[in-house]
Formats: sequence, C-alpha cells, structure tokens
Amino acid sequence: MNVQSQKPAPFLFFITVAVSLFMFVPVIISVMAGLVNNYRTGLKSGLTLRWISEVWSVYGSTVSASVLLALACVACTLVLGVPCAYALARSQSRFSRAFEETLMLPVAIPGLATALALILAYGNVNFLRQSYGFILIGHILFTLPFMVRTVCSAFQRPDLLAIEEAARTLGASFTQRFLGVLVPAIFPSILAGILMVFTLSIGEVNLTWMLHTPLTRTLPVGLADSYASMRIEVGSAYTLIFILVILPILWVLQGVANWVQNRYGN
Amino acid sequence: MNIEKTRIDIIDCAKTYPDGTRGLKPVNLTINPGEVIALLGPSGCGKTTLLRLLAGLETANSGSKILFANRDVTQLPVEKRDIGMVFQSYALFPQMSVETNIAYGLRVRGVPADVQRQTVGELIDLVHLNGLEKKRPGELSGGQRQRVALARAVAVKPQVLLLDEPLAALDAKLKESLRDELADLLRRLGITAVHVTHDQQEALAIADRLAIMSAGEIIQVGDGESLYRKPAHPFVAQFLGRVNRIERDENAIIHGLISFGDVAFSCPDHLKSQTAVLLRPEDVKLVPAIEGLPQVTIERRAFLGDRIQLQLKTHNQQVLMAEQPGDTVFRVGETLSLHIDTIRLMPANNH
Repeated sequence: MNVQSQKPAPFLFFITVAVSLFMFVPVIISVMAGLVNNYRTGLKSGLTLRWISEVWSVYGSTVSASVLLALACVACTLVLGVPCAYALARSQSRFSRAFEETLMLPVAIPGLATALALILAYGNVNFLRQSYGFILIGHILFTLPFMVRTVCSAFQRPDLLAIEEAARTLGASFTQRFLGVLVPAIFPSILAGILMVFTLSIGEVNLTWMLHTPLTRTLPVGLADSYASMRIEVGSAYTLIFILVILPILWVLQGVANWVQNRYGN
Repeated sequence: MNIEKTRIDIIDCAKTYPDGTRGLKPVNLTINPGEVIALLGPSGCGKTTLLRLLAGLETANSGSKILFANRDVTQLPVEKRDIGMVFQSYALFPQMSVETNIAYGLRVRGVPADVQRQTVGELIDLVHLNGLEKKRPGELSGGQRQRVALARAVAVKPQVLLLDEPLAALDAKLKESLRDELADLLRRLGITAVHVTHDQQEALAIADRLAIMSAGEIIQVGDGESLYRKPAHPFVAQFLGRVNRIERDENAIIHGLISFGDVAFSCPDHLKSQTAVLLRPEDVKLVPAIEGLPQVTIERRAFLGDRIQLQLKTHNQQVLMAEQPGDTVFRVGETLSLHIDTIRLMPANNH
C-alpha cells in the first residue's frame, strides 16, 4: 500500500489551536487566579502562595477526608459489590436479570433526591448524621452499581465459567476457588471498578452537599463553599490543590490498572 | 505415576434440563478399569451431557446411577468426585504459572509442598514441558496449553479422567501429532478415561472402545474395527466413515437382487428384506468394462494424495462414490465395470 504523507492544512491547524486554547484558557486563568495577589489587577499585583496556605489552613482537613472517604468507599463497594456481582452472574432466575437491569437506577435519580431520602429516613440517627459515615453511605449507594456492573460482566465471561468448573473438578471448595482463582482472574476488571468508584467518590458533590455537616466536609463541598463565601483567589487556590492532590492519585491508579491489564489480560 | 484403575458403571443415566429438553435418554454403559472410551456423535447427541454427568457438573434425573469402582457417586458434588477433567478451552488459570496450574489440585487438597514439587516435576517431564515451568498460559502455544491442562487434571491421581473435546481447539496438523501423543500418554498412565469428541479419526486413534451416540442415546458400543465393519445400526455405518446408499426397488426385493439397471448381483440372505443397502467407497471395485457386470461412468475424480475418490454413475442413474489407490489411472468420462463384494454390504434400515 502506498501511504501518502499528508499535506499541511493550515486551516485545520488553526482550528486545533483555537479549540485547545478555548479549553485551556479557563484552566490557566483559574490556576493563575489562585497564585496572584489580586485577581482584578492580575499578574501586575505579583505572585503569592498566600491563598494556598490560607486554603490549606481552613480546608486542609477536607483533602484527607475526601481521600479517606473515597478509599473507604472503594473498600465497601469491593466487599459488597464483588460477591453481589458473582451471585448475579451465576443466578439463573428471572428476578436477578431484572435486578441487574434496575441496578443503574440510583445513578439516574438526582443525588439530591437520594440524599433527601437518606436524611428523611436516617437523619435523626444522630451519631450517623454527624459522622462521615452518612456521606459514605450516600457514596456507596451512588458508586456500587458501577462496581457491580463492571465485575458482573467479567464473571459472566464463558472463560470464567470454564475455569470455575476446572477448579471444582480439581477439588477446590467455594472459598478456595472464589478467592484463589476467580477473583485473581478478573483482577483487571476489579481494578477498573476500583478506579471508577474512587474517581466518582472523590469528585461527588451532589449527594455530599446535602449530607455534609459543617464538621464533615469533603474537598468538592469545601470548594463549593469557598466559591460561595470567600474571595475568588481562595476558590482558585483551592482548585489548584484539588488538581494537585487528585491527579497523581488517578495517574498512579491508572498506571497500576494498565500494568495489570498488560500482565494478566488476554 | 501410579494411578488406580477404576471401573465405571453408568446405570439408567438420564438428563432432562429445567426447560424440558431431553439432554440424555436413560443410558447404560460399563467402562472397564483402565479403559479409554470415546463418546462419539454429532453435536447435540448428548455426549457432552453424559460427560458432565460423570463429572458431576450436571445433576442426573432421579433413578440415574453412576458408580466409580462400585461406589455410588451419583449424589457427590464435583469437588468430592475425585475426577480429572480436560476442557475444550483448557480453562487454565490465567494468572498462574504452568507449575502452579499443575499443582493447583494438590494445593487445595493440602498436599505437602515437597510432594507437590515432586509430582509437578514428574508431570512436567511426562508431558514434555521442561523449561516452561514459570510461563503463564498466555505465553504458551495451543498444544502446550493442552498439555498443561492434561498434566493439571492427572496431578491429583484421579479415579477417572474426563476429556471434553480436548483437541478441538487445535489446527489440523497439530491435532494429528497431539492425538498420537495423547493416546500414548493415556496408555502409559493406565487411567480410566472418557473422551468426548465429534471427530471419528480422533476417537479411532485414541480410544479402546467407542460409544456411538445419537439423539441422546448410545447406539452401539465396540472397538473401532467391529463398529466400522459390523455396524448394528445404519447410523453407525453412516457416522463412522463414508457409505454409499444403494436403493432396492420392489422388483429387486421380490427377486432377492441388488440391481444396477440391466445387471444385478444376488442379495445376501440377511439383507433380503432391506429396501436399501450400504456400501463403503473402498469396497466399490472397478474393472475394465466387461460383459455381465454393471457399467458405470466416471463423473468426477478427486485426488486426495494417498487415494483417489471417484464419483460414478450407473445405467439406472445411481450415484456411487468409489475410493481407489493413489496411482489409479481411470479418467473422467471413462466407462468401467462395477464389481461389489456382497459380503461387505450393510443394512440401511433399522430392525
């Protein structure tokens, strides 16, 4: 085959640059706003880390709260979701097929509505209402379907059915084959689920906004709060921190997922 | 490896699926200790169902009975049945190395690590996988995977080895060499084995006896030669090898003839009531055209390497296939005479 080298197309190049600028300019402005003394005068007012340290002192606790919450959410969705996905994948009943289809329903319902229902039902259980546990429950409700869906479709693969049968013929008990054979075999899918749950939980603002108390705030809620009640520079500095914290975590997770996929995937 | 030779008794074993489909009609079969038996039949004949019933991967209808060495295992779950199974897809554990795969059955039984190592070592030698111990299944060829699957299945010294289309996923050339290797290995292990296949060549090469299955039933059991030469049922004749079907009209039946238009052969007594008879292509003999024998014309000639296949047409418009040695000089369009050895004729109707 004869591959023709493409002629430079100045028009397309121009469009690409224009679109890229359109997308990046808000990011750059937002980041710069958090680093200048005064947003109105811009760079002329000089650069500073003042806002960042201010954000850290006021909202610093929300960073660790968010990361811990997301990790707890991942742990809970794993413990609840993986066995549930297995049960759904192996069940022959019509009920479980119907259940699988309604699984995504909580995602379609606005987070505000789910949160309201939680508050109405459990809002007066004080120890729950006042702890991060309440937000965690909301996050699990929201993210569990993603974990179950991802893992369930892996369990349903014919090759997984075959290796489970193989493990049984070799004398493996249920626990032995579930933990020793099946879970490792679908590990790439489980990692994909973890990545999704973590990402969704750490950025969740909808439900959390309703469920949080002044003492239980997460990063995105704090961010909304700072935008609403503080100087624009503080909000921007907060965004910067958010990006700096989240990006490396996501990169590492993504890297691990890719590595596992390459090593254990087909 | 010392493997105990187990006798298997299958007594009135049937399977009806929850949706009402009849997977297997009640079948009876005894497999002798150390015997390799092939369940052979077209897809949907119930051979895989029977194998899965033996494995315990399906539950048999009530009234069915499966005995391993006179012990009733019908109600035993798969895990407790003490079987080894080789799957069509091999079903190797993807995240485990070759040796961990082979050792799996020993590990879940809590066999000491040094015994595990020794057994795995022996098996690696036995199936010629030396040097590949640390590889993962994904890094192996189809033939190597198949050998790992076999080694894994026999590592626990099972009472019975079940093979579900073990060579079906391989390409033709590889299949042939692995077929002989597998036959040889099963003899050396001396294990009682049940081998499911739809490939008659494979069944003939590997098994001591064949059970021909069709529509959920075992039609006939026997060694390859007797099934080929003395099929008890026309289905067996048609499934094992190729056959020509020669129709007999009313006139031929009345006069006890196998008729080819103007010329006829006399029909052997035991086939006199048959409305059609069967004849294998290699039993169709051709001679230069002479008086007194039916005339045939060669319509098509196919060179198959070791032999030549000829499509013939008789004067009464019957089409026959004949197989001749590879050096046959007969050409398309040539007219020859047909000679059939009536001893080789087989019945086409079932009684």
